[in-house]
Amino acid sequence: MASMKLKTLQHALEDIETFDNPKIELEQYTTSSHIAACILHTAQFVYNDISGKCVADLGCGSGVLCIGAALLGAQYCAGFDIDPSAISLSVENAADRDVSGQCDFILCDVKKIDKNMQLKAFDTVIMNPPFGTRERGADLIFLKMALSLATEAVYSLHKTSTRQHVLSMAKELGVYAKVIAELRFDLPASYKFHRRDSVDVQVDLIRFALRVPVNNL
Amino acid sequence: MKLLTHNLLSSKSLKGVKVGYPLRIVAKDVKISECEFNKEFVKKIIPKLDWKVFVNAAVEIGQTSDLSDELIEDYEDDDDYLKKVHHLLMEVEIINGELICPETDRVFPISAGIPNLLLNENEVS
Repeated sequence: MASMKLKTLQHALEDIETFDNPKIELEQYTTSSHIAACILHTAQFVYNDISGKCVADLGCGSGVLCIGAALLGAQYCAGFDIDPSAISLSVENAADRDVSGQCDFILCDVKKIDKNMQLKAFDTVIMNPPFGTRERGADLIFLKMALSLATEAVYSLHKTSTRQHVLSMAKELGVYAKVIAELRFDLPASYKFHRRDSVDVQVDLIRFALRVPVNNL
Repeated sequence: MKLLTHNLLSSKSLKGVKVGYPLRIVAKDVKISECEFNKEFVKKIIPKLDWKVFVNAAVEIGQTSDLSDELIEDYEDDDDYLKKVHHLLMEVEIINGELICPETDRVFPISAGIPNLLLNENEVS
């Protein structure tokens, strides 16, 4: 299972149910199966951060990252979201993929998760946080929460336009951050205010290392 | 909700609550869901657990187990022991029930396996 190919993983994540009515204030953009597979595949095969690990997903939405992590052999995957319909969707999707045994989903306010969860309870946090477009700073609050829960690494997506800001915050917090991929996020016109069919947004996949990397990967 | 998750949750998000741990559990429905036994994982997770909270939680939800309040010393080589821990930690699922704040008695419902820790605005610390 841990040697699953990128294409196989992407295929397994392909028909995951997504939001019928995404909520604008929560910036509920579904993570595409392609992007989810890329993130997880890199986390596992370049950094060995998934298989056999405790993994958390903050703002789990459809549960695609949690489920993908479970498929790659994560032993315990916890998904957190403030939206009851997202959590129900995650539970259904995990059951469909036969990974319920490894997954738990929790309804809570991710921005205050440090007051609901033991700190440093997870090896790895993987997330597609709100970009902070609708609610300024939401992206960085998610990042701080993720860093408080992880002992090894945090993988997070951030708009490329905010890169300097994100990297300097990482430096301030004393974590080692590295942009490991630049992705084109094809946001379908999920909301009525989107005039075009889809909008391409440049997004960085950043890995935040909680320990000093030995070989500077 | 697994007992591993219970071991990690607190109600410190509530106004005025200092520790909020451990949450008491009332289990109405419990089901067993299968999850592959990974010895290395269980060995790695045991030192991270609040052991007493884990053992008490298992008793609280009616799971008879002969695990004692004190973790045995040579658990790393005891496959039967590790399998017992794995079963209680990962496979026992609380489907419907309640989590209760130890300081305020605020009830957080568990329904369809999902614990709901959301607060009303006036309860937030």
